[in-house]
Amino acid sequence: MQSAIIQFPGLNRDHEMSLALQHITGRIPYRIWPTETVIPNVDVIVIPGGFSYGDYLRCGAIAARQPVMRVVHEKAQNGVMVLGICNGFQILLEAGLLEGVLLSNASLKFVCREVKLEVLNTDTAFSCNYRKRQIIRCPVAHHNGNYFAEAETLKRLEKNGQVIFRYAQGYNPNGSVHDIAGIVNAKRNVLGMMPHPENFMEEAHGGTDGRALFTSVLRYARKELFI
Amino acid sequence: MPMTICKNDNITEEVICAHGLRIDEYQKIIALIGRMPTLTELGIFSAMWNEHCSYKSSRKWLRTLPTEGSCVIQGPGENAGVVDLGDGKCLIFKMESHNHPSYIDPYHGAATGIGGVLRDIFTMGARPVAVMNALRFGRPEHPRTRHLVTGVITGIGGYSNAFGVPTVGGEINFDQQYNGNILVNAFAAGIAPTDGIFSSKAEGIGLPIAYCGARTGRDGIGGATMASAAFDGQKRPLAVQIGDPFMGKCLLEACLELMASNAVVAIQDMGAAGLTCSAVEMGAKGNLGIELNLDTVPVREENMTAYEIMLSESQERMLMILRMGKEKEAEAIFNKWGLDCSTIGKTTDDLRIRVFHQGQLKVDLPIKVLGDAAPEYDRPWIESSKKTPMNTASVKSVDDLGSALMKLLASPDQSSRRWAYEQYDTLIQGNTLVCPGSDAGVIRIDGDEKRALAFSSDVTPRYCQADPYEGGKQAVAECWRNITASGATPLAATDNLNFGNPEKPEIMGQLVLAIKGIGTACRALDFPIVSGNVSLYNETNGEAIPPTPTIAGVGLITDWAKMATIGNIKEGDCLILIGGDGTHLGQSIYLRDILGKSAGTPPPVDLAHEKHHGDFVRSQIKNGCVHACHDISDGGLILALAEMLIKSGCGAEIDPGSDPYHAKLFGEDQGRYILAVDSSKVSFLIQQARTAGVMVRHLGIAGGKNLFVNDCFTLPVPQMVIAYERWFPSYMKDKSAC
Repeated sequence: MQSAIIQFPGLNRDHEMSLALQHITGRIPYRIWPTETVIPNVDVIVIPGGFSYGDYLRCGAIAARQPVMRVVHEKAQNGVMVLGICNGFQILLEAGLLEGVLLSNASLKFVCREVKLEVLNTDTAFSCNYRKRQIIRCPVAHHNGNYFAEAETLKRLEKNGQVIFRYAQGYNPNGSVHDIAGIVNAKRNVLGMMPHPENFMEEAHGGTDGRALFTSVLRYARKELFI
Repeated sequence: MPMTICKNDNITEEVICAHGLRIDEYQKIIALIGRMPTLTELGIFSAMWNEHCSYKSSRKWLRTLPTEGSCVIQGPGENAGVVDLGDGKCLIFKMESHNHPSYIDPYHGAATGIGGVLRDIFTMGARPVAVMNALRFGRPEHPRTRHLVTGVITGIGGYSNAFGVPTVGGEINFDQQYNGNILVNAFAAGIAPTDGIFSSKAEGIGLPIAYCGARTGRDGIGGATMASAAFDGQKRPLAVQIGDPFMGKCLLEACLELMASNAVVAIQDMGAAGLTCSAVEMGAKGNLGIELNLDTVPVREENMTAYEIMLSESQERMLMILRMGKEKEAEAIFNKWGLDCSTIGKTTDDLRIRVFHQGQLKVDLPIKVLGDAAPEYDRPWIESSKKTPMNTASVKSVDDLGSALMKLLASPDQSSRRWAYEQYDTLIQGNTLVCPGSDAGVIRIDGDEKRALAFSSDVTPRYCQADPYEGGKQAVAECWRNITASGATPLAATDNLNFGNPEKPEIMGQLVLAIKGIGTACRALDFPIVSGNVSLYNETNGEAIPPTPTIAGVGLITDWAKMATIGNIKEGDCLILIGGDGTHLGQSIYLRDILGKSAGTPPPVDLAHEKHHGDFVRSQIKNGCVHACHDISDGGLILALAEMLIKSGCGAEIDPGSDPYHAKLFGEDQGRYILAVDSSKVSFLIQQARTAGVMVRHLGIAGGKNLFVNDCFTLPVPQMVIAYERWFPSYMKDKSAC
């Protein structure tokens, strides 16, 4: 399986994302600069966390308008998996690849802590190696992770099984509506989530619940799974 | 270019004073250069000769500190100290204060404090891997304190989170003596290849000098001079810099990329006193001259004068000497990262700094006198009268020692710091093994299977105030002990000496004695000081802070799978006390926070005992015998045990020994640890301790949900957790965290 990381200046979780991808796929991800207009053939395109362009103007807003995003759009339409974590999630929303917005945390503070997530839908390329309703541990680290969408959109996301991860009861760190932590698009090949599975891959991280997300992607890429 | 200096500046006594220079220092300038200085030159002298840059009051004493050791690659003198980690890697680290700016503008003051110390690290070629911060605020009820806490903590998080470096530890304390002068001491460490350490020493004549990074504005002019003066309570808003972590992160990546391409001869960040200090330091260190043309400096404001460009403290800027012909390569890399890169001058062979601006020669000074020949003072000092030792029998024991413990757990200084550290990204880079809230923060060495680094920052200002010499010793010992408690071998330390006005003999006495204490302890523990920073004049309206020599140390863990943490007690573990029972209540937290008194002498540190007991604890952790370990400091045995139980979610039954119980439980005798040991390994450990002549005692057994102290009290651990976690969020009126 081959992957590519979009390297917007200011992103800073690219290091552990690259290690996580290498660890699971055995291959070093491509690094794609935002001014590029070509992305090689890959199974998954990843936008990691951080503060692209300093999060100035609005989180993800400047990154979403860089030339490379047009290619990401096209690739997503062609069924390539796209994963956006934290700032990556914010960028995918700004780029219109996912629905909704991420507001400032209800506490108005940055929050870095371990939370619990419930896996709601295992019928996607990103979650097939989890068990349905499985409760997993995963860290969050963000200032703007408070997911919001209009009632109608929420209803549709829930009904279509597009809400993949929900903060388990009592663990919502940011005030997200419906405790939403991660969603996919209608085609289920684009996932955005606030928590950091790439920071929960090995014993040294204090737990390995993040691995199944990456092994799911691998399984899908190897065509061991048809969704 | 004209080679004669323009002479149209009117330097009056008032102007000299406003630059923080004394008349005799001005006379010295005239004698050195043989004429009156221009205003820009006066600004340069002011910036280079102030306390912050020249260490003129402290240099004599700093020279007495031990700076060498088997692992030391670079001691004081560069931007940061360097220790060898083996395997072709080294650790570069430093601590620096940003006290005055953080009081005026807490968010930007603290943010640029972190930004500045990070630049000190990566200017030497290291990728930053950890930061810590030691913070002292005024009393919680003071009307400004809450505002300062909020601003400083969000400022630190704002910079370090976006820059992408984990915060792994720190301290927060409250004391009314910091009401008018808070302390923000920021530590940063980075890893570099041992054969890729960069220096600020210029080499080679006629080489291009490149200015890289953010543009120059009018912010921070006179910052270093401000940091060297006492406050009069008046705000001076122009002197605070504004940080931009995004630009800082881009600057890091661009610098490391350019360094890897072998284009850089020497590099110096523009920190205190900006372009002036970096240009002078590079030239003076390399015995070369520097010629600058300010017309080519990237600026972001119009009509900036030579004075302003030379003294601006705009952030995220670097000065580099490049190899001949590498200008285009540098420009390409910096432009890719959205940063300016401009050749602004060259090195010369005549040991002068010459600055041209708009066709005029604005500065023409001998370069060495700005650095090396800066005034150095042997300021008079006296030792304040010693405190009388306290007899433990004379210290009242409260009826309910359990309530006393509960009160301490919910007190401003001893309660959980979660409210603060959850606002810092503690996990970024994926190597954090121990987050804040333990004895030492621990990170893996990136790409290394087994080895890890431990970091701790410590000082007990009330001890230092009662006895600066013992307090200095204790700060070093506690730092060394915290690193040891994780199972790491302490390598070296950096000091951040925060004091009042050194022109007062009693304050100078505190500085001298604290440095003597630090030196003594560092020598005894083989824990050299490899970098540091001095912050003097921490006074407002004549009120000085207590002497606060913060010590931040680093240690190496050979196999992190065997390290000990504070919160890993298992049900059924035996609790072992190393180092003897508590006896000393002078200057203790019990005395201060339970009885409301400050009296007596601080606990003395027996350095031979410290080393012997610490080495034993470390060897047992390395043997894999120890599940959890915590050193005993503020609040004595019972507070240390309570913290372990709270973090482990486990109860315990212990035998405090015989009366007086308040001394047994709350005594702050030094050189002590609590270990949680698997019951099958206890007899082995005790036997080993006895053979080694280490004071060891079976304290009790872990288990259940209560803390039961024989003959004294029983407390449910869940109640202790609530008390411990409550104070900070409720003080900050934070409903979301309550």
